[in-house]
Amino acid sequence: MLKGLNIAFKDLKIESRAREIFISMVVFSLLILIIFSIAFSDLLSSASKTATVTSGVLWICFIFAGTLGLNRTFATEVQNGCMDALKMCPIPRNSIYLSKVIFVFLLMLLVEIITIPMFSVLFNYQFTAIIWVGIVILLGSFGFVVVGCLISALVIRARAGEMLLPVLLLPLSLPVIIPAVSATSGLLRGEDIFSLMSSIRLLVVYDFVFFAVSMLVFEYVVED
Amino acid sequence: MLIVAFGAIFFYLPVMKDSAGNVLDSSFNIFYFHMPIAIVAYLAFFVVFVSSILYLRENDSKWDMVSLSAAEVGVIFAFLVLATGSIWAKAIWGWYWVWEPRLTTSLVLFLVYVGYLMLRTALDDPLKRARLSAVFGIVAFVSVPLSFLSIRIWRSAHPLMFGGSLYGQEGGGLEGSSLLLVLLLNMLAFVMLFVSLTSFKFQNEKFERELEMTKGR
Repeated sequence: MLKGLNIAFKDLKIESRAREIFISMVVFSLLILIIFSIAFSDLLSSASKTATVTSGVLWICFIFAGTLGLNRTFATEVQNGCMDALKMCPIPRNSIYLSKVIFVFLLMLLVEIITIPMFSVLFNYQFTAIIWVGIVILLGSFGFVVVGCLISALVIRARAGEMLLPVLLLPLSLPVIIPAVSATSGLLRGEDIFSLMSSIRLLVVYDFVFFAVSMLVFEYVVED
Repeated sequence: MLIVAFGAIFFYLPVMKDSAGNVLDSSFNIFYFHMPIAIVAYLAFFVVFVSSILYLRENDSKWDMVSLSAAEVGVIFAFLVLATGSIWAKAIWGWYWVWEPRLTTSLVLFLVYVGYLMLRTALDDPLKRARLSAVFGIVAFVSVPLSFLSIRIWRSAHPLMFGGSLYGQEGGGLEGSSLLLVLLLNMLAFVMLFVSLTSFKFQNEKFERELEMTKGR
Protein backbone atom coordinates (compact mmCIF):
# COMPACT_ATOMS: atom_id res chain seq x y z
CA MET A 1 0.00 0.00 0.00
CA LEU A 2 2.68 2.44 1.08
CA LYS A 3 4.88 1.34 -1.81
CA GLY A 4 2.04 2.09 -4.16
CA LEU A 5 1.84 5.57 -2.72
CA ASN A 6 5.54 5.98 -3.39
CA ILE A 7 5.17 5.12 -7.05
CA ALA A 8 2.14 7.36 -7.35
CA PHE A 9 4.14 10.14 -5.76
CA LYS A 10 6.89 9.59 -8.31
CA ASP A 11 4.34 9.82 -11.13
CA LEU A 12 2.86 12.98 -9.69
CA LYS A 13 6.30 14.50 -9.39
CA ILE A 14 7.06 13.78 -13.05
CA GLU A 15 3.68 15.09 -14.02
CA SER A 16 4.06 18.27 -11.98
CA ARG A 17 7.27 19.02 -13.88
CA ALA A 18 6.26 18.00 -17.38
CA ARG A 19 2.49 18.53 -17.12
CA GLU A 20 1.98 16.90 -20.49
CA ILE A 21 -0.89 14.56 -19.57
CA PHE A 22 -2.70 16.96 -17.29
CA ILE A 23 -2.69 19.91 -19.67
CA SER A 24 -3.99 17.86 -22.57
CA MET A 25 -6.70 16.35 -20.39
CA VAL A 26 -7.91 19.75 -19.21
CA VAL A 27 -7.80 21.31 -22.64
CA PHE A 28 -9.61 18.35 -24.17
CA SER A 29 -12.31 18.45 -21.53
CA LEU A 30 -12.81 22.20 -22.00
CA LEU A 31 -12.99 21.77 -25.76
CA ILE A 32 -15.75 19.22 -25.37
CA LEU A 33 -17.58 21.66 -23.11
CA ILE A 34 -17.29 24.41 -25.70
CA ILE A 35 -18.56 22.17 -28.47
CA PHE A 36 -21.54 21.20 -26.32
CA SER A 37 -22.28 24.77 -25.38
CA ILE A 38 -22.40 25.65 -29.08
CA ALA A 39 -24.50 22.60 -29.91
CA PHE A 40 -26.96 23.20 -27.10
CA SER A 41 -27.01 26.99 -27.35
CA ASP A 42 -30.80 26.94 -27.76
CA LEU A 43 -31.27 25.24 -24.43
CA LEU A 44 -29.22 27.67 -22.42
CA SER A 45 -32.04 30.13 -21.91
CA SER A 46 -33.84 27.99 -19.34
CA ALA A 47 -32.24 26.46 -16.29
CA SER A 48 -34.54 23.43 -16.22
CA LYS A 49 -33.58 22.44 -19.75
CA THR A 50 -29.90 22.87 -18.96
CA ALA A 51 -30.34 20.63 -15.93
CA THR A 52 -31.44 17.75 -18.14
CA VAL A 53 -28.27 17.81 -20.23
CA THR A 54 -25.85 18.69 -17.44
CA SER A 55 -25.08 15.21 -16.20
CA GLY A 56 -24.59 13.84 -19.69
CA VAL A 57 -22.28 16.63 -20.79
CA LEU A 58 -20.20 16.49 -17.62
CA TRP A 59 -19.75 12.76 -17.72
CA ILE A 60 -18.79 12.78 -21.38
CA CYS A 61 -16.11 15.35 -20.52
CA PHE A 62 -14.82 13.31 -17.59
CA ILE A 63 -14.81 10.02 -19.43
CA PHE A 64 -13.13 11.32 -22.57
CA ALA A 65 -10.53 13.22 -20.60
CA GLY A 66 -10.02 10.19 -18.40
CA THR A 67 -9.50 7.94 -21.41
CA LEU A 68 -6.92 10.36 -22.69
CA GLY A 69 -5.08 10.20 -19.38
CA LEU A 70 -5.31 6.42 -19.17
CA ASN A 71 -3.78 6.10 -22.61
CA ARG A 72 -0.58 7.59 -21.27
CA THR A 73 -0.32 6.03 -17.81
CA PHE A 74 1.45 2.84 -18.75
CA ALA A 75 2.96 4.22 -21.94
CA THR A 76 5.37 6.29 -19.87
CA GLU A 77 6.45 3.20 -17.96
CA VAL A 78 7.09 1.09 -21.02
CA GLN A 79 9.49 3.65 -22.45
CA ASN A 80 13.09 2.94 -21.43
CA GLY A 81 12.07 -0.35 -19.80
CA CYS A 82 10.89 1.38 -16.66
CA MET A 83 8.19 -1.24 -16.20
CA ASP A 84 10.80 -3.99 -15.88
CA ALA A 85 12.58 -1.99 -13.24
CA LEU A 86 9.33 -1.56 -11.34
CA LYS A 87 8.67 -5.28 -11.56
CA MET A 88 12.10 -6.01 -10.15
CA CYS A 89 11.36 -3.90 -7.10
CA PRO A 90 10.65 -5.98 -3.99
CA ILE A 91 7.02 -4.94 -3.85
CA PRO A 92 3.79 -6.78 -4.56
CA ARG A 93 2.87 -6.38 -8.20
CA ASN A 94 -0.52 -4.95 -7.56
CA SER A 95 0.93 -1.98 -5.75
CA ILE A 96 2.07 -0.84 -9.20
CA TYR A 97 -1.56 -1.03 -10.21
CA LEU A 98 -2.64 0.76 -7.06
CA SER A 99 -0.21 3.57 -7.74
CA LYS A 100 -1.59 4.05 -11.22
CA VAL A 101 -5.13 4.13 -9.91
CA ILE A 102 -4.20 6.80 -7.38
CA PHE A 103 -2.33 8.81 -9.99
CA VAL A 104 -5.04 8.80 -12.66
CA PHE A 105 -7.74 9.32 -10.06
CA LEU A 106 -6.02 12.46 -8.80
CA LEU A 107 -5.57 13.71 -12.35
CA MET A 108 -9.24 13.13 -13.09
CA LEU A 109 -10.23 14.92 -9.90
CA LEU A 110 -8.19 17.94 -10.88
CA VAL A 111 -9.76 17.94 -14.34
CA GLU A 112 -13.20 17.69 -12.77
CA ILE A 113 -12.49 20.52 -10.37
CA ILE A 114 -11.64 22.72 -13.34
CA THR A 115 -14.40 21.46 -15.63
CA ILE A 116 -17.35 21.92 -13.28
CA PRO A 117 -16.93 25.68 -12.70
CA MET A 118 -16.27 26.13 -16.40
CA PHE A 119 -19.52 24.32 -17.10
CA SER A 120 -21.25 26.67 -14.72
CA VAL A 121 -19.86 29.64 -16.62
CA LEU A 122 -20.42 28.41 -20.15
CA PHE A 123 -23.89 27.00 -19.56
CA ASN A 124 -24.97 29.71 -17.13
CA TYR A 125 -25.99 27.07 -14.65
CA GLN A 126 -26.18 27.09 -10.86
CA PHE A 127 -25.35 23.74 -9.29
CA THR A 128 -27.50 22.37 -6.51
CA ALA A 129 -26.76 19.67 -3.93
CA ILE A 130 -23.09 20.12 -4.69
CA ILE A 131 -21.84 17.82 -1.91
CA TRP A 132 -23.86 14.83 -3.05
CA VAL A 133 -23.03 15.51 -6.68
CA GLY A 134 -19.41 15.61 -5.66
CA ILE A 135 -19.63 12.28 -3.88
CA VAL A 136 -21.33 10.64 -6.84
CA ILE A 137 -18.72 12.03 -9.21
CA LEU A 138 -15.96 10.79 -6.92
CA LEU A 139 -17.41 7.29 -6.79
CA GLY A 140 -18.05 7.22 -10.52
CA SER A 141 -14.59 8.41 -11.46
CA PHE A 142 -13.02 5.96 -9.06
CA GLY A 143 -14.82 3.03 -10.67
CA PHE A 144 -13.93 4.27 -14.12
CA VAL A 145 -10.25 4.65 -13.24
CA VAL A 146 -10.15 1.24 -11.57
CA VAL A 147 -11.33 -0.47 -14.75
CA GLY A 148 -9.35 1.91 -16.91
CA CYS A 149 -5.97 1.23 -15.35
CA LEU A 150 -6.38 -2.50 -15.76
CA ILE A 151 -7.42 -2.22 -19.40
CA SER A 152 -4.67 0.29 -20.01
CA ALA A 153 -2.10 -2.17 -18.71
CA LEU A 154 -3.69 -4.88 -20.84
CA VAL A 155 -3.67 -3.08 -24.16
CA ILE A 156 -0.23 -1.57 -23.83
CA ARG A 157 1.21 -4.81 -25.24
CA ALA A 158 -1.29 -5.08 -28.07
CA ARG A 159 -0.94 -3.77 -31.56
CA ALA A 160 -2.80 -0.47 -31.95
CA GLY A 161 -3.29 -0.49 -28.21
CA GLU A 162 -4.28 3.14 -27.98
CA MET A 163 -7.15 2.55 -30.36
CA LEU A 164 -8.22 -0.55 -28.51
CA LEU A 165 -8.43 1.15 -25.12
CA PRO A 166 -11.69 3.09 -25.60
CA VAL A 167 -13.29 0.17 -27.42
CA LEU A 168 -12.64 -2.16 -24.52
CA LEU A 169 -12.98 0.34 -21.71
CA LEU A 170 -16.27 2.07 -22.47
CA PRO A 171 -18.53 -0.98 -22.53
CA LEU A 172 -16.72 -2.55 -19.62
CA SER A 173 -17.00 0.47 -17.36
CA LEU A 174 -20.68 0.97 -18.15
CA PRO A 175 -21.88 -0.74 -14.96
CA VAL A 176 -20.21 2.16 -13.14
CA ILE A 177 -21.11 4.88 -15.60
CA ILE A 178 -24.84 4.13 -15.88
CA PRO A 179 -25.64 4.54 -12.16
CA ALA A 180 -23.24 7.48 -11.87
CA VAL A 181 -24.90 9.38 -14.71
CA SER A 182 -28.42 8.58 -13.55
CA ALA A 183 -27.64 9.54 -9.95
CA THR A 184 -26.02 12.80 -11.06
CA SER A 185 -28.93 13.78 -13.25
CA GLY A 186 -31.39 12.82 -10.53
CA LEU A 187 -29.59 15.02 -8.02
CA LEU A 188 -29.47 17.93 -10.44
CA ARG A 189 -33.18 17.60 -11.11
CA GLY A 190 -33.61 18.18 -7.41
CA GLU A 191 -34.50 14.65 -6.39
CA ASP A 192 -33.95 13.52 -2.85
CA ILE A 193 -30.73 11.59 -2.22
CA PHE A 194 -32.67 8.72 -0.66
CA SER A 195 -34.74 8.13 -3.75
CA LEU A 196 -31.50 7.62 -5.67
CA MET A 197 -30.05 5.18 -3.18
CA SER A 198 -30.46 2.21 -5.52
CA SER A 199 -28.19 3.78 -8.15
CA ILE A 200 -25.66 4.80 -5.55
CA ARG A 201 -25.67 1.36 -4.01
CA LEU A 202 -25.06 -0.18 -7.42
CA LEU A 203 -22.25 2.29 -8.00
CA VAL A 204 -20.55 1.44 -4.72
CA VAL A 205 -20.94 -2.30 -5.27
CA TYR A 206 -19.41 -2.10 -8.72
CA ASP A 207 -16.57 0.09 -7.46
CA PHE A 208 -15.71 -2.60 -4.95
CA VAL A 209 -16.15 -5.50 -7.33
CA PHE A 210 -14.03 -3.96 -10.05
CA PHE A 211 -11.37 -2.95 -7.58
CA ALA A 212 -11.18 -6.39 -5.99
CA VAL A 213 -11.13 -8.24 -9.31
CA SER A 214 -8.49 -5.92 -10.75
CA MET A 215 -6.25 -6.25 -7.72
CA LEU A 216 -6.49 -10.02 -8.04
CA VAL A 217 -5.75 -10.30 -11.74
CA PHE A 218 -3.27 -7.47 -12.24
CA GLU A 219 -0.37 -9.72 -11.40
CA TYR A 220 -1.08 -11.79 -14.50
CA VAL A 221 -1.17 -8.72 -16.71
CA VAL A 222 2.39 -7.64 -16.05
CA GLU A 223 3.95 -11.06 -15.58
CA ASP A 224 6.38 -12.19 -18.28
CA MET B 1 -24.49 -34.70 -29.74
CA LEU B 2 -24.89 -32.36 -32.65
CA ILE B 3 -27.42 -34.69 -34.21
CA VAL B 4 -29.40 -34.78 -30.99
CA ALA B 5 -29.35 -31.00 -30.71
CA PHE B 6 -30.39 -30.37 -34.27
CA GLY B 7 -32.95 -33.12 -34.03
CA ALA B 8 -34.44 -31.48 -30.98
CA ILE B 9 -34.73 -28.11 -32.69
CA PHE B 10 -36.28 -29.41 -35.86
CA PHE B 11 -38.49 -31.80 -34.02
CA TYR B 12 -39.84 -29.28 -31.55
CA LEU B 13 -40.27 -26.32 -33.85
CA PRO B 14 -43.78 -27.28 -35.01
CA VAL B 15 -44.81 -28.19 -31.50
CA MET B 16 -44.15 -24.80 -30.06
CA LYS B 17 -45.95 -23.07 -32.90
CA ASP B 18 -49.00 -25.16 -32.17
CA SER B 19 -48.99 -24.63 -28.47
CA ALA B 20 -48.22 -20.94 -28.45
CA GLY B 21 -50.34 -19.92 -31.39
CA ASN B 22 -53.49 -20.81 -29.53
CA VAL B 23 -52.72 -18.81 -26.47
CA LEU B 24 -51.11 -15.61 -27.64
CA ASP B 25 -50.65 -13.99 -30.98
CA SER B 26 -47.98 -15.55 -33.10
CA SER B 27 -45.28 -12.99 -32.44
CA PHE B 28 -44.91 -14.53 -29.03
CA ASN B 29 -43.45 -17.61 -30.67
CA ILE B 30 -40.14 -15.91 -30.95
CA PHE B 31 -39.91 -15.94 -27.20
CA TYR B 32 -39.12 -19.64 -27.38
CA PHE B 33 -36.01 -18.72 -29.29
CA HIS B 34 -35.27 -15.51 -27.51
CA MET B 35 -35.10 -16.66 -23.95
CA PRO B 36 -33.13 -19.90 -24.42
CA ILE B 37 -30.66 -18.02 -26.62
CA ALA B 38 -30.29 -15.36 -23.96
CA ILE B 39 -29.71 -17.93 -21.25
CA VAL B 40 -27.20 -19.74 -23.44
CA ALA B 41 -25.36 -16.48 -24.11
CA TYR B 42 -25.04 -15.94 -20.36
CA LEU B 43 -23.94 -19.53 -20.03
CA ALA B 44 -21.31 -19.06 -22.72
CA PHE B 45 -19.90 -16.03 -20.95
CA PHE B 46 -19.88 -17.95 -17.72
CA VAL B 47 -17.86 -20.65 -19.46
CA VAL B 48 -15.43 -17.98 -20.64
CA PHE B 49 -15.15 -16.72 -17.09
CA VAL B 50 -14.52 -20.13 -15.55
CA SER B 51 -12.07 -21.31 -18.19
CA SER B 52 -10.19 -17.99 -17.95
CA ILE B 53 -9.73 -18.56 -14.24
CA LEU B 54 -8.65 -22.13 -14.88
CA TYR B 55 -6.18 -20.96 -17.49
CA LEU B 56 -4.57 -18.53 -15.08
CA ARG B 57 -4.41 -21.23 -12.43
CA GLU B 58 -3.18 -24.13 -14.48
CA ASN B 59 -1.49 -22.41 -17.40
CA ASP B 60 -2.83 -25.02 -19.80
CA SER B 61 -3.56 -23.81 -23.33
CA LYS B 62 -6.57 -26.13 -23.42
CA TRP B 63 -8.49 -23.68 -21.25
CA ASP B 64 -7.52 -20.82 -23.50
CA MET B 65 -9.03 -22.63 -26.44
CA VAL B 66 -12.18 -23.31 -24.44
CA SER B 67 -12.59 -19.63 -23.61
CA LEU B 68 -12.01 -18.60 -27.19
CA SER B 69 -14.55 -21.10 -28.49
CA ALA B 70 -17.15 -20.22 -25.88
CA ALA B 71 -16.64 -16.49 -26.43
CA GLU B 72 -17.12 -16.77 -30.18
CA VAL B 73 -20.28 -18.80 -29.83
CA GLY B 74 -21.43 -16.50 -27.05
CA VAL B 75 -21.03 -13.41 -29.21
CA ILE B 76 -23.12 -15.01 -31.94
CA PHE B 77 -25.80 -15.93 -29.42
CA ALA B 78 -25.71 -12.46 -27.89
CA PHE B 79 -26.24 -11.01 -31.33
CA LEU B 80 -29.15 -13.38 -31.93
CA VAL B 81 -30.69 -12.26 -28.65
CA LEU B 82 -30.61 -8.67 -29.84
CA ALA B 83 -31.92 -9.65 -33.27
CA THR B 84 -34.82 -11.78 -32.06
CA GLY B 85 -35.62 -9.24 -29.37
CA SER B 86 -35.74 -6.46 -31.94
CA ILE B 87 -38.04 -8.43 -34.20
CA TRP B 88 -40.38 -9.03 -31.31
CA ALA B 89 -40.16 -5.40 -30.21
CA LYS B 90 -41.06 -4.23 -33.70
CA ALA B 91 -44.21 -6.36 -33.58
CA ILE B 92 -45.24 -5.41 -30.05
CA TRP B 93 -43.84 -1.97 -29.26
CA GLY B 94 -43.84 -0.71 -32.84
CA TRP B 95 -40.16 0.01 -33.19
CA TYR B 96 -37.03 -2.06 -33.15
CA TRP B 97 -35.09 -0.38 -30.42
CA VAL B 98 -35.78 1.60 -27.30
CA TRP B 99 -33.16 2.84 -24.89
CA GLU B 100 -34.09 1.10 -21.74
CA PRO B 101 -31.93 -0.77 -19.22
CA ARG B 102 -32.35 -4.33 -20.40
CA LEU B 103 -31.68 -3.58 -24.02
CA THR B 104 -28.81 -1.29 -23.23
CA THR B 105 -27.10 -3.75 -20.93
CA SER B 106 -27.58 -6.59 -23.41
CA LEU B 107 -26.03 -4.48 -26.14
CA VAL B 108 -23.17 -3.62 -23.82
CA LEU B 109 -22.65 -7.27 -23.03
CA PHE B 110 -22.43 -8.01 -26.74
CA LEU B 111 -19.94 -5.17 -27.22
CA VAL B 112 -17.80 -6.30 -24.29
CA TYR B 113 -17.31 -9.71 -25.80
CA VAL B 114 -16.75 -8.29 -29.26
CA GLY B 115 -14.03 -6.33 -27.50
CA TYR B 116 -12.71 -9.60 -26.09
CA LEU B 117 -12.38 -11.05 -29.58
CA MET B 118 -10.79 -7.83 -30.83
CA LEU B 119 -8.25 -7.96 -28.03
CA ARG B 120 -7.36 -11.47 -29.07
CA THR B 121 -6.72 -10.49 -32.67
CA ALA B 122 -4.57 -7.57 -31.56
CA LEU B 123 -2.13 -9.71 -29.58
CA ASP B 124 0.42 -11.69 -31.55
CA ASP B 125 2.34 -13.79 -29.07
CA PRO B 126 0.15 -16.82 -28.24
CA LEU B 127 1.17 -17.08 -24.60
CA LYS B 128 0.66 -13.42 -23.95
CA ARG B 129 -2.60 -13.50 -25.85
CA ALA B 130 -3.86 -16.37 -23.74
CA ARG B 131 -2.93 -14.71 -20.48
CA LEU B 132 -4.16 -11.21 -21.23
CA SER B 133 -7.41 -12.33 -22.77
CA ALA B 134 -8.00 -14.58 -19.76
CA VAL B 135 -7.67 -11.51 -17.56
CA PHE B 136 -10.12 -9.65 -19.76
CA GLY B 137 -12.47 -12.63 -19.76
CA ILE B 138 -12.61 -12.52 -15.97
CA VAL B 139 -13.17 -8.79 -15.73
CA ALA B 140 -15.72 -8.85 -18.54
CA PHE B 141 -17.90 -11.31 -16.69
CA VAL B 142 -18.56 -8.67 -14.05
CA SER B 143 -21.02 -7.00 -16.40
CA VAL B 144 -23.05 -10.17 -17.00
CA PRO B 145 -25.01 -10.13 -13.73
CA LEU B 146 -25.93 -6.51 -14.36
CA SER B 147 -27.50 -7.42 -17.67
CA PHE B 148 -29.21 -10.41 -16.14
CA LEU B 149 -30.63 -8.49 -13.21
CA SER B 150 -31.28 -5.21 -15.00
CA ILE B 151 -35.02 -5.73 -15.29
CA ARG B 152 -35.17 -6.34 -11.58
CA ILE B 153 -32.97 -3.42 -10.62
CA TRP B 154 -34.55 -0.72 -12.75
CA ARG B 155 -38.08 -0.23 -13.94
CA SER B 156 -37.99 -1.55 -17.40
CA ALA B 157 -40.24 -2.03 -20.38
CA HIS B 158 -38.79 -5.46 -20.94
CA PRO B 159 -41.24 -8.11 -19.78
CA LEU B 160 -40.25 -10.14 -16.78
CA MET B 161 -41.27 -13.73 -17.29
CA PHE B 162 -40.43 -15.40 -14.03
CA GLY B 163 -40.14 -14.41 -10.44
CA GLY B 164 -43.41 -12.58 -9.91
CA SER B 165 -44.90 -9.52 -11.51
CA LEU B 166 -43.29 -6.59 -9.79
CA TYR B 167 -44.02 -3.87 -12.28
CA GLY B 168 -47.65 -3.98 -13.17
CA GLN B 169 -49.47 -6.09 -15.66
CA GLU B 170 -46.65 -6.82 -18.04
CA GLY B 171 -44.56 -9.10 -15.87
CA GLY B 172 -44.99 -12.71 -14.83
CA GLY B 173 -46.85 -14.23 -17.71
CA LEU B 174 -45.84 -17.82 -18.14
CA GLU B 175 -48.39 -20.37 -17.07
CA GLY B 176 -49.48 -23.73 -18.31
CA SER B 177 -47.37 -26.83 -18.35
CA SER B 178 -47.31 -27.28 -22.11
CA LEU B 179 -45.81 -23.84 -22.63
CA LEU B 180 -43.26 -24.50 -19.94
CA LEU B 181 -42.46 -27.88 -21.40
CA VAL B 182 -41.81 -26.46 -24.85
CA LEU B 183 -39.71 -23.74 -23.31
CA LEU B 184 -37.64 -26.24 -21.38
CA LEU B 185 -37.20 -28.44 -24.42
CA ASN B 186 -36.01 -25.48 -26.41
CA MET B 187 -33.72 -24.50 -23.62
CA LEU B 188 -32.24 -27.97 -23.65
CA ALA B 189 -31.91 -27.91 -27.42
CA PHE B 190 -30.11 -24.60 -27.40
CA VAL B 191 -27.80 -25.64 -24.61
CA MET B 192 -26.92 -28.72 -26.60
CA LEU B 193 -26.44 -26.60 -29.71
CA PHE B 194 -24.11 -24.41 -27.71
CA VAL B 195 -22.16 -27.36 -26.40
CA SER B 196 -21.79 -28.90 -29.82
CA LEU B 197 -20.83 -25.63 -31.53
CA THR B 198 -18.31 -24.91 -28.84
CA SER B 199 -16.78 -28.36 -29.00
CA PHE B 200 -16.60 -28.11 -32.79
CA LYS B 201 -14.83 -24.80 -32.48
CA PHE B 202 -12.59 -26.30 -29.83
CA GLN B 203 -11.63 -29.19 -32.10
CA ASN B 204 -10.98 -26.72 -34.88
CA GLU B 205 -8.68 -24.68 -32.70
CA LYS B 206 -6.85 -27.80 -31.61
CA PHE B 207 -6.28 -28.93 -35.20
CA GLU B 208 -5.16 -25.46 -36.13
CA ARG B 209 -2.58 -25.46 -33.38
CA GLU B 210 -1.35 -28.90 -34.34
CA LEU B 211 -1.03 -27.67 -37.90
CA GLU B 212 0.93 -24.65 -36.73
CA MET B 213 3.20 -26.92 -34.72
CA THR B 214 3.79 -29.20 -37.71
CA LYS B 215 4.48 -26.23 -39.93
CA GLY B 216 6.90 -24.80 -37.45
CA ARG B 217 8.86 -28.02 -37.25
